[in-house]
Amino acid sequence: MSAVPTRSVWTPGEVGRVAEPVLEIKNLSVDYGFDANPTHVLRDVSLTLNRGEVLGLAGESGCGKSTLAYAATRLLPPPGMITGGEVIFTDRSGDQVDVLAMSDRDLRASRWQDMAIVFQGAMNSLNPVHRIGRQISDALLAHLPNMTKKESLERAADLLDMVGISPDRLRSFPHQLSGGMRQRVMIAMALALDPQVLIMDEPTTALDVVMQRQIVEQIAELRDRLGFSVIFITHDVSLLIEIADRIAIMYAGEIVEEAAAQDVYRRPRHPYSDALLHSFPPLRGPRRELGGIPGSPPDLAKRPSGCPFRDRCAHAFDACPTVHPELVTPAVPGDDPRRQVACLLHDPGAVAAAGFTPVPVPVELSVR
Amino acid sequence: MTAPTQGRTEHGEGAAQDAPAQTPVLQAVSIRKHFPVRGFRSKKVVHAVDGVDLELYRGRVVALVGESGSGKSTIARLLAQLMPLTDGTILLNGEDAKTTGRAGFRRYVSKVQMIFQDPFASLNPVHTVRYTLTRSLKIHRGRLGGDELEKALAELLDRVNLRPASRYIDKFPHELSGGQRQRVAIARALAANPQVLLADEPISMLDVSIRLGILNLLRDLRDRLQIAILYITHDIASARYFADRTMVMYAGRVVESGDSESVTQDPKHPYTQLLVRSAPDPDDLDARARGARGEAPSLVTPPDGCRFNPRCPFAVDACRSELPPLLDVGVGRKAACWGYSDRPDRPQLGSVLDAYGQRPTIDVEVVVRADADIAAAAGQEDPR
Repeated sequence: MSAVPTRSVWTPGEVGRVAEPVLEIKNLSVDYGFDANPTHVLRDVSLTLNRGEVLGLAGESGCGKSTLAYAATRLLPPPGMITGGEVIFTDRSGDQVDVLAMSDRDLRASRWQDMAIVFQGAMNSLNPVHRIGRQISDALLAHLPNMTKKESLERAADLLDMVGISPDRLRSFPHQLSGGMRQRVMIAMALALDPQVLIMDEPTTALDVVMQRQIVEQIAELRDRLGFSVIFITHDVSLLIEIADRIAIMYAGEIVEEAAAQDVYRRPRHPYSDALLHSFPPLRGPRRELGGIPGSPPDLAKRPSGCPFRDRCAHAFDACPTVHPELVTPAVPGDDPRRQVACLLHDPGAVAAAGFTPVPVPVELSVR
Repeated sequence: MTAPTQGRTEHGEGAAQDAPAQTPVLQAVSIRKHFPVRGFRSKKVVHAVDGVDLELYRGRVVALVGESGSGKSTIARLLAQLMPLTDGTILLNGEDAKTTGRAGFRRYVSKVQMIFQDPFASLNPVHTVRYTLTRSLKIHRGRLGGDELEKALAELLDRVNLRPASRYIDKFPHELSGGQRQRVAIARALAANPQVLLADEPISMLDVSIRLGILNLLRDLRDRLQIAILYITHDIASARYFADRTMVMYAGRVVESGDSESVTQDPKHPYTQLLVRSAPDPDDLDARARGARGEAPSLVTPPDGCRFNPRCPFAVDACRSELPPLLDVGVGRKAACWGYSDRPDRPQLGSVLDAYGQRPTIDVEVVVRADADIAAAAGQEDPR
C-alpha cells in the first residue's frame, strides 16, 4: 500500500540535520479583549523552529494557529494582546534577539528581512492599483536604501522568475493574474530580502488541488535552494504530512501533539490527532465509514477545566475533567524521545498525583 | 413515503446499469450558459457552461468535481433556475421544466432545493431558526399552524440530527456553530419535501472535523428519503466517499464521468489523472504528479479543440483543432479525450506521472526579451 518505508522504532541520529533553533517561542500567552475578563486564546505555548525545517501547524479554525504566528511576529491586531512569553530569533551569525522586546525601529528593520509572512488571501494582500513590479521593488527599496530603482526592478524580475512567473509580468496589475500566480507573487515578495523564517498562513486554501501542488512544490524547491525555515499553517493535515518535517497540532489554544510528520501520520498519540487524521475520506484504499469528530471545539471564553478535548474524546476517563494535561513524552516504549503529547493517557504520573487511577494507553494510540 | 428497495449493495457500481430503467428526476440536456462580458458594444461572452448533459436519479448522488471557475456552481444555479439558460433544456420527471411566472417557479423550487456553500451567509442573521424554518414550511406546505407547525418543526430538526429540537429552535444563527448552521440550512431545504437537493460545496466552509458529519447526514437523507443529490465539490476524495457517480468538469465542459470508484481509482482523461494525482495522499507520496505547469484557460476565448490541450502532455494536432465528444471508455464510463477514439491521428496517452516528471526548462528567449523590457521600463522611470 505504501511506498514510504515505515520506521518502527526510533533510532538516534536518524533525522540527520543538527537541530539549530532559528525561532524559539517560549511560554507565549495571548489574550483577546481589554476588559476585566479577557479571553485567554493562547496559554503558555512553546514551539521551536529549527534552521532549514518546515514546521506544520495544524488545527481547526479558532484553535489559535494564526494567532500564534501573528503574536510571534508582533502583527497581532487589537484586541489581541501578548500577555507573556518570549520569542527568541537567532540570526545567521548566532546573535539572539527577543522579538517581543524589540524597539519599533528595530522591528521595522527586522520584519521582511528576518521573518516574512505570506498571508492567507493573496487576492487581498496585493495593492490593486500598483503594478506588481513596483510593489516588489518598493519593499526592496525600503529595506535597502542604496539600491537603485533599476536594480530593484531587476531583482524583482529575478524573484518572479524564481517562482516560475515570466518576468514580463512585472508590468501587470494584480487583477491580470490568476489566483495561483498572485499567490506566487506573494511568495516572491516574501522572499525578496532573503529571510530566514517564512511564515505561511494557509497559503493554498483558496486554490484548487492542482495549483496547490504546484505552489507546495515551489516552496519545497526554494527551501532546498535558499535554506530558509518555514512555518506552514493549514487545516489540511494530509497536505502537511507531505511537506512538513515536523507537525504541531493545536487544539483550543494549546499544542496537544508535536512530532515528526511521519510519526504524526503513522503513530498518532493524542486522541485528537488520531481523530483529525480520520476526518479525511481517503482517495485510495478501502472505502470505509468515517464519522468525523462529534461535537464542536470549546468556546475559548468559557474554557472548561481539565483537558479541553475531553467532551469530544472517545478515550476520556475520570481524571480528564479535573487534571489539565501537560506536554510529556508519550508513554509508548520505543517512541522518539523528542516528540511530545498533552494527554493524560500518556501521563500516569500526573493522574496518580491527582488521586485518580491511571488508564493504560489504548491500542489505537500506541501503534508502533 | 415508501422507499423502494432497489439494489445498493455494491458501492459505486450499479448506477450505470440500472439507471436507464427509470426516468431521471432531473435531467439537463446539453445546457449552455454564456455570460456577456461588460463593455461598450462588447460582443464577447464567457463560456461558463458549454453543452453539459446531466441526469439525477432518485436516491443517488452525483458529484460534480472541478477547479474553481470550471462552471460547477453555474450548473447548480441553472438547475435551480436561478438564472436563465442560454441554450438547452431542463427536464423534471421527464417534462420540460421551463417555468414562467412566480407560481410556476415556486412549484419548481418546492421540488428542487439548494444548499449553499456558506451557512454564515445563507441564513438571515436577524431571524431565529424557528422563523427561517416556519417560512419555508408555510411557503411550500401551505397553511400550517399551532401543534401541526410545532410538530413539523421538531421533525425537521430531528431529521438533521439537531436534538433536542427545543434547544435549537429559538436560537439565532450567530449562536450556532458552522456545522449546526449548515444543518439548519439543510432542514430549511427539506421543509419543501424536495425530490432533488443541489448541494453547492456544502462542506468546504466548515471545519475539517465536522465535514464528515454533514456528508453522513446527506447520505442518510439520500437513503431514507430517496432524494436525488447533486454534490458539487473540488475535493475529489470526498466525491469518492459520498457520491455514486462522479462527473469531472474542466473549463465549462464535462471531461469524464462514471461511477465514483472507477473515476478516482482509474482516471481516464488526462485532466482527471492530474487531479487525482495532485490531491495530497500521504500513503502514496511517489505517485504524486510533480512539475505540472499551466492553469485553466480563459473562458472568454477558450482554446480550439479540447479545452485541456494547452496543459495536456499528450496533446497532438487533432486535440488542438477538434473538440472531442464524450467517448465510451468502459461500462457506464465516458471520457472526452481523442486518445480513446479510433482515429488514426489520435494522441498516445501515457502516465501523467512520467509526463510531468521532468520540469520544462525556463524559456531563455522570453527571459532575455523581458530583461530588455524591464531595462526600458526602468530607463523611462529613472529621470523622474
